[in-house]
Amino acid sequence: MYLIDQHTKQIMEDCKLRAKAQGLDFGHETLEYIVSNKDLLELSPKVMIPTLYDFWVHDIEVLKEYGKYKLYPSNPYETVINSRPAISFYNDNNPDWMNIMIFYHVLAHIDFFQNNRLFEHTWNDDFVGVALSDKRLIESYRSRYGRWTDYVIEFARSIDNITGYFKTLAKCDYPSSMDPDPMVSYYFNHFLPEVLQSQELAVFKEQERYNALVTKQGALGVKAFFAEIISKHPEFESAFKAYVPQEQPADLLEFIRDNSPFLKRDGNNWMKAILTIVRNTAQYFAPQIRTKILNEGWASYWHDNLFRSDDRIVGHEVGYGVLNAGVTSLSRVGLNPYAIGLRLIQYVEDLAEKGKMSSDYQKLVLADDQRNFNAATGKGKEVIFNLRENFSDFMLINTFCTQEFVDQHDLFVVGKRPNPEEGTIEYYVKSRKAADYKKMLIDSLYHPPVVMPDLNKTTDECLYLVHQFEGKQLVQDFIPEVMAGLYFLWGSEVQLETTEIHVNREAETEDEMFELQRVLYTYSDKKINKTKL
Amino acid sequence: MTKKEKHIPLLTPDEYIRREEEINERLRRKPALFDPDAQSHSLYFLNDWKVLPGYYAPNPDARLMLRTLEDLLEQDRKREADGFTRRIRLGKIVKPGKGKKSKVVIVPSTTEPKFYHDDSITDEDSTGGSGEGEEGEVIGKQKAQPQQGEGEGQGAGQGGGESHETGNDVYDLGKILTEKFQLPNVKPKGTKRSLSKITYDLTDRNRGFGQLLEKKATMRRIVETNIQLGNITPGEPIDTSKLIIGPDDLVYRIMSAEKDFENQAVVFFVRDYSGSMQGKPTEAIATQHLFIYSWLMYQYSNNVISRFIVHDTDAKEVSDFQQYYQLQVAGGTRVAPAFALVNKIIETEHLAREYNIYVFYGTDGDDWDSDGKELYAELMKLLPVVSRVGFTISKNSWTGENETTVEKNITQSGIVEKRRKEFRMDGFNADTVDEARIIESIKKLVSE
Repeated sequence: MYLIDQHTKQIMEDCKLRAKAQGLDFGHETLEYIVSNKDLLELSPKVMIPTLYDFWVHDIEVLKEYGKYKLYPSNPYETVINSRPAISFYNDNNPDWMNIMIFYHVLAHIDFFQNNRLFEHTWNDDFVGVALSDKRLIESYRSRYGRWTDYVIEFARSIDNITGYFKTLAKCDYPSSMDPDPMVSYYFNHFLPEVLQSQELAVFKEQERYNALVTKQGALGVKAFFAEIISKHPEFESAFKAYVPQEQPADLLEFIRDNSPFLKRDGNNWMKAILTIVRNTAQYFAPQIRTKILNEGWASYWHDNLFRSDDRIVGHEVGYGVLNAGVTSLSRVGLNPYAIGLRLIQYVEDLAEKGKMSSDYQKLVLADDQRNFNAATGKGKEVIFNLRENFSDFMLINTFCTQEFVDQHDLFVVGKRPNPEEGTIEYYVKSRKAADYKKMLIDSLYHPPVVMPDLNKTTDECLYLVHQFEGKQLVQDFIPEVMAGLYFLWGSEVQLETTEIHVNREAETEDEMFELQRVLYTYSDKKINKTKL
Repeated sequence: MTKKEKHIPLLTPDEYIRREEEINERLRRKPALFDPDAQSHSLYFLNDWKVLPGYYAPNPDARLMLRTLEDLLEQDRKREADGFTRRIRLGKIVKPGKGKKSKVVIVPSTTEPKFYHDDSITDEDSTGGSGEGEEGEVIGKQKAQPQQGEGEGQGAGQGGGESHETGNDVYDLGKILTEKFQLPNVKPKGTKRSLSKITYDLTDRNRGFGQLLEKKATMRRIVETNIQLGNITPGEPIDTSKLIIGPDDLVYRIMSAEKDFENQAVVFFVRDYSGSMQGKPTEAIATQHLFIYSWLMYQYSNNVISRFIVHDTDAKEVSDFQQYYQLQVAGGTRVAPAFALVNKIIETEHLAREYNIYVFYGTDGDDWDSDGKELYAELMKLLPVVSRVGFTISKNSWTGENETTVEKNITQSGIVEKRRKEFRMDGFNADTVDEARIIESIKKLVSE
């Protein structure tokens, strides 16, 4: 692994100037390294962060990658990590024209990392440096506690995919003035409904009265309001003092770290540090998988726009054409995030350019009128920059995957069915409806389950977890192993409430096909059992 | 990571053009990334360095890999003592090749258990597509049992075939199996036999005389001699009539004795391929037999001959593992003819004198020959000449825990007790069997 030479760096700097002129925004400093294929194989289990903490599962992955490479040698081409400064890796031996195109692609990725709101919690970190200090800390634990360090990492990782990433994100930029006065909050959220058992309507009326007072008299009004409450309900004051606000934890990993009786014991404090490292690492990577389509689409959009208007393309148009088609062509069967992302961005740009994102356009009834509508607003670029700042994959698909878009690109849902007579599996055009296509896309998006502790049922002797059912059951095979790890971290019994789906093969209608059953797993003393609820 | 500083060299215009052409050629030849046979249609399958090509392929360092794998397996062993389940599995990746030559590499694999959504039940198997075609129109087909491009975990790869027999990976797998699962090492049979035999071949070279003139080597010597004599001047045409040929310049090949390693063991893999074996029972048997074969390859330093026999009501020999694994008929089941065939092969080829013989048999337990007398007779003939016969009963789900015909017959005959040294039998349910159970079963079959 070594830095690119001065000649190539000059090319990069030229690319930066042109990309900046088009409005892309990335830090002044970037680092580019040349790596061998072997380096990349070794880096990929560490999500390309060379300084990420060591863990045996990564080693297994590397060995597997070596094996794969023996049979399917591939040549990784370029990859970029979100750090300050941004670091990107390149393969040796690329000709200059190819590097120009790749640099544009990479610069657009960096622009995306540094401007998309889903990455906001990573904006102030030099993650490579953070990871290095984490790695050293873990190394020091490993020399003291041996393989138990790895067990703690393993158990923490078993729930690192369900960290409260969006809660962390919501806290960025959250104005503290948004929260009401604690006394007000207690009165309306707890005292009225819980202590006085007031009906909803009564609560609303009370709120109106409060709002009216505050609007009219400000702070004085609040004072008057509570003076009246206290005279009416003398118990209010003491109840408010006795009340300890129960704060919902951000996620299970954080909850265990802060509340586990086992981790609180003397000599176990170091485990908390590991839990924190695993959680922070997971949250760091969380936005990337949620913006895959948008990010790749964005990078493809810009490498195409910038390179085609670059005078250095002269003589390499055909080579570029072939390469670009390989990356961004729509697959006959299968999903290519580059292709879909690029086309969605182009589609949005076109909508905005023609002023179709307006009520004037939406009021049109006739298809011809819609097609020919062109207000020539010239807002295309502005809108797609807005898209890259504020959207995720889900929002992009959910908002813009319309019938017009699906028709424009001849998209369809592919179904798979067996043909027993021929002994083949057939792929067929299942639907060309936008609603179906959108559903298929959304279903294939990354979406981890929500599993949280039930604070009322959790005690020092029992960690009680609830899986919020969203139409999919948990992977059953993994439940006992994950619970075994949590049992270790909590130091006593672990229970999990979840929903199982039973398939009724004789069912005649689709509604009868799936039967839902709420079950409770209990893990204690290396034994797991399941009861129906 | 390389510490050595390396920079891209500057190219001459010619080299530059050639490289451009190379790149374009490579781009053109690039296999379609998105064909229906692709591994995965998932959104997250493609990434920047998969879709963008290049042309530089260093070999991975195999030594590093082996050392690490052993450490990892050692660590995995300790998990049990610590009260956790073991997590490293041996998987294999199969690359289907032209004809029967598939490549297999053995890799370790592991899965990190987490709370994941299980899409398999509720989701229909669908993905995206683009282009022409009416709704309902079929746009592509795939073999129902796809040729495994990449398969991990258990089960013999269907692309299997000859490479199973020749590849180093089988040896590696045997080594890993022996070490990871502590399979026993083979004890040498009574008399010590020589590991090698002598053959004669025209391999040695001799100057001056011999059986066969080696023209190229001779020519080289003549040129050398004549350069020294000054008869050849570099850069000028050579006048061959002036060249002098010394007697020592003539290089010949002569007959010489060669040490050749002898195959030490013959292993017969025999299985029932009747209709009832279809699916899981066959898969379990094939996996087990592949593991056993690998273990023997390691034990005998690659000097193992394998023979494959399948039977329904009749027995026949097939030439390779692939056929052995894939053949399927709907016929009935008689076990005895298979062992009659084994006996016949041993007898006609005089194998008993030369080799350690192993016979492994896999069945779902069916036998139409309900009293098993014929089988007993064949087994009694076989047992004196073999090192081990191992029976595996891979039971179908409908058999449950009941004793199968084969098990009943064998038990009644008392072979298991009487010939414990040579005969072992083990049964499991093919539906629920996993790698650990298969290995345990191998231990039962091969242990002393």
